[in-house]
Amino acid sequence: MNYIIGAFKPACHISITFFDGKSRKQVPSKKENGQTLMVPLFQSQENIVGKISIEPVSGKKVEHNGIKVELLGQIEMYFDKGNFYDFTSLVRELDIPGELYEQKTYPFEFSSVEMPYETYNGVNVRLRYVLKVTINRGYAGSIVEYQDFVVRNYTPPPSINNSIKMEVGIEDCLHIEFEYNKSKYHLKDVIIGKIYFLLVRIKLKNMDLEIRRRESTGSGANTHVETETLAKFELMDGAPVRGESIPIRLFLSPYELTPTYQNINNKFSVKYYLNLVLVDEEDRRYFKQQEITMLRLAETS
Amino acid sequence: MMAGVAEDEEKWLSAGITGLQQNAFYMHRALDSNNLKDALKYSAQMLSELRTSRLSPHKYYELYMRAFDELRKLEMFFKEETNRGCSIVELYELVQHAGNILPRLYLLCTVGSVYIRSKEAPAKDVLKDLIEMCRGIQHPVRGLFLRSYLSQVSRDKLPDIGSEYEGDADTAMDAVEFVLQNFTEMNKLWVRMQHQGPARDKEKREKERSELRDLVGKNLHVLGQIEGVDLDMYRETVLPRVLEQVVNCKDEIAQYYLMDCVIQVFPDEYHLQTLETLLGACPQLQPSVDIKTVLAGLMERLSNYAASSAEVLPTFFQVEAFAKLNIAIGKVIEAQDDMPIYGAVTLYASLLTFTLHVHPDRLDYVDQILGACVKKLSGKGKLDDSKATKQIVALLSAPLEKYKDIDTALKLSNYPHVMEYLDNGTNKEMSNVIIQSIMKNRTCISTAEKVEALFELIKGLIKDIDENLQDELDEEDFKEEQNSVARLIQMLYTDDTEEMMKIIHTVRKHILTGGPKRLPFTVPPFAFSALKLVRRLQSQNENVSGEEVAATPKDIFQILMQTIEALSSVPAPELALRLYLQCAEAANDCDLEPVAYEFFTQAYILYEEEISDSKAQVTSIHLIIGTLQRMHAFGVENRDTLTHKATGYSSKLLKKPDQCRAVYACSHLFWLDEHNDMKDGERVMLCLKRALRIANAAQQMANATRGSSGSVVLFIEILNKYLYFYEKGVSQITVDLIQSLIELVKQEMSGENTTPEPATDAFFASTLRYIQFQMDKGGVVADKYKPIKI
Repeated sequence: MNYIIGAFKPACHISITFFDGKSRKQVPSKKENGQTLMVPLFQSQENIVGKISIEPVSGKKVEHNGIKVELLGQIEMYFDKGNFYDFTSLVRELDIPGELYEQKTYPFEFSSVEMPYETYNGVNVRLRYVLKVTINRGYAGSIVEYQDFVVRNYTPPPSINNSIKMEVGIEDCLHIEFEYNKSKYHLKDVIIGKIYFLLVRIKLKNMDLEIRRRESTGSGANTHVETETLAKFELMDGAPVRGESIPIRLFLSPYELTPTYQNINNKFSVKYYLNLVLVDEEDRRYFKQQEITMLRLAETS
Repeated sequence: MMAGVAEDEEKWLSAGITGLQQNAFYMHRALDSNNLKDALKYSAQMLSELRTSRLSPHKYYELYMRAFDELRKLEMFFKEETNRGCSIVELYELVQHAGNILPRLYLLCTVGSVYIRSKEAPAKDVLKDLIEMCRGIQHPVRGLFLRSYLSQVSRDKLPDIGSEYEGDADTAMDAVEFVLQNFTEMNKLWVRMQHQGPARDKEKREKERSELRDLVGKNLHVLGQIEGVDLDMYRETVLPRVLEQVVNCKDEIAQYYLMDCVIQVFPDEYHLQTLETLLGACPQLQPSVDIKTVLAGLMERLSNYAASSAEVLPTFFQVEAFAKLNIAIGKVIEAQDDMPIYGAVTLYASLLTFTLHVHPDRLDYVDQILGACVKKLSGKGKLDDSKATKQIVALLSAPLEKYKDIDTALKLSNYPHVMEYLDNGTNKEMSNVIIQSIMKNRTCISTAEKVEALFELIKGLIKDIDENLQDELDEEDFKEEQNSVARLIQMLYTDDTEEMMKIIHTVRKHILTGGPKRLPFTVPPFAFSALKLVRRLQSQNENVSGEEVAATPKDIFQILMQTIEALSSVPAPELALRLYLQCAEAANDCDLEPVAYEFFTQAYILYEEEISDSKAQVTSIHLIIGTLQRMHAFGVENRDTLTHKATGYSSKLLKKPDQCRAVYACSHLFWLDEHNDMKDGERVMLCLKRALRIANAAQQMANATRGSSGSVVLFIEILNKYLYFYEKGVSQITVDLIQSLIELVKQEMSGENTTPEPATDAFFASTLRYIQFQMDKGGVVADKYKPIKI
């Protein structure tokens, strides 16, 4: 079998390295096969600079019709498998058609690349950035190499960040007033708040605060909505009486959250909700869902 | 069914323990390998076992204690972790990532403890955060245990004055605030338990609650140990806040337990200074709270405190402890409408004990208490509640024991009123207690006024309270009771004759109400008491003559006459007769001839009209003779009448031997040594001769009826009388007479029909020996005896 494998072995080895690869921050990224890989992290308007080294396998010559590197921003819908929407596509020609006899290194640079959307791995949708090197070989079939990288964009702290305060209830049964200290939280934030019981006529068992992510993809009739509960945090154990006030302190850092994404390239949105759930002794659930905006603050460290 | 539940519970408990141990094992492994992440994970899982709702508090406690031990190890680990450079702040955040609240909060408290110890943040801030976060547990049992854990780990870390965690100026207040808050929340949870779950489980729930009460009470202990709680802070903050919680929770079990806790935990001195506040809370408690026990506990503590040192007494006066307690008790009784009578009485009894300790000199206080008690009892009639009765007895006994002096009790105007509410039996018992107290302390009741009061007190013994209710009292008990009254009468005494006279009037008034059953017991001591006064007056008259005396023997004799007359209603003629004779003798000593004569007359009338029993007659006649013999006040005429009567009675006795003896006894009436005008040998002789005749007749009668000659003892007795008078020099008694009588006796004794009687033989022998002895003595007497041949 060895010779067959040998026959399909790529004719050359391509490696893509970034100029500041050693110092640049790496973040984990989940690949399609489920493995997690550390990949470099960029943000919009950064220069993506590096070099591509092509090494033909053991003295074989590689004939090609030109070599190029592309920077692609893609949105992939899982229900529409195989269809990529490139919202960003930049190309740099690296070589004119010719032959490669030995290892050759090509520098490349994409300056101030506009990368408005963040890398995202959702239930039904994936947004990724990738560098794609293509050695065009006509009939022999092109040789392609990919290098993923992650983009995260940072927003400044919001100038207005009101608390969420609301009184809800079921008439003559349960009246509560809850308050979350903000409506916009950054990813490492802490939700501080309290629930005040104005009227309790049902026997409650416990109360949880859930963080739910609502991912909607597609548009119109083809809209797919997927809701995940990312956090279930117990706030209260037992049955409170009128006048009790239960504190909320939920650290967001343990959970894998992203910023809120609003209508990304008309393809998808990701929204976050705080869901306050009260459960009574008969396991009936009473809940109130409240949207919060998630945002990514520049990390100070 | 119940067994099934208990079995299940046992099963759940062991399942819980197993789960806990398993996770504890993994936790230990993580601790050993310094794996913080796993340590947190497994400790949280371990603590999840405490989330169970299936265990009763008792079993839950078992589980909790195991978790507690594990948490100590975890705390050590956290401490080491910070030493290794892990930021305590981060750790504090990290444990809060736990999704379940109960494990999260246990971990938070554990880290919090390390946090405070690290001093990276003021203790006050950490504690505040912890106590705030603990609000998340609203389940009573789990909440109580969690907060109890918080209290436990924070105990030695309060920012108390002098503690290493001391903070800024208000540091003690911060410590107090923390504990108070925890106390308040715990109490709320505890009270809430009562209202959760089905009504049919009420009893079980109350049992469970009482198992948990110490968790709540512990907070008060902690408060009591905070150095920074000085009197001011106690007065301004601690007490009002605690009481506010106690009053507002409106829960019977909690109120009772916590009030008691407050009283036991804080120093007496504080109680004394804050009495008003503390007592102010009492009427606001639920009507069903056993407030009397609480207050009784308080008063007992204060009493002991007062007794502990005289130095503290001024404080008691200064804060008007009595007035405050008194008012409070009044209010409580008013507020708790359905408080049983015995409850109220118990309160008064406690207050009384307190007063006796603190204000032994304030009789008016004691009276005030009794008055209040009367007010409460009024309109309720006699008590039939045995508990209440017991309390009243305690209430009434307390002053007696304290003062050891009935005088004091007699000054208490309300004392008898309280007694009135006792049922007859207890009333008597109480009266007995009073008398015992008097006897034991040998207290003389020395004014008529007090005597009056005393009789008012013990009137249960003095007269029948309820005529319809003829108590089926044991005869024995009745006697004992009346005997003590008799003894009491002896204690009613003063040296002041004038006052004594008044006492006698008072006593008489009361004993006359006693009815026929009591008079035989009460009249004699009264009579003797009066006669004692007569004798004193007599001796006074001799000393200070000429002075105007208010009380004269004559008056007393009048009283006596009337009083003894009352015995006729019993009837008790023999007793009356004796008393008349006693009086007669006393009158004789006072040279009051008409009075003495009158007494004798009365005695004779009784003898004639009332005393019919022959034995009684014998006794009575001898008494009469004996008394009459000593009378010297009588003129010849009166004396003649009386002696004549007496001899007459003697010879009319039924049995011959009795006749004989009475008649020879009469012989003494005619020969008084000291009075030359009362030496009538003729009549002496007459009596003796008649006696001899009767003796003869007796002998013959015996012969006739029984076929044997009767006893010769009468002859020997008469012989002795002969000898007596012979010695006294009665000329009518001659040697011949004596000689013939001796012969007669000898002859009778040697007779065929005579049954030998050793006693008689001995009597005769000793009589003869006496004669011999007198003969041998020599001198005038011997000369007299010489002629007698034996």
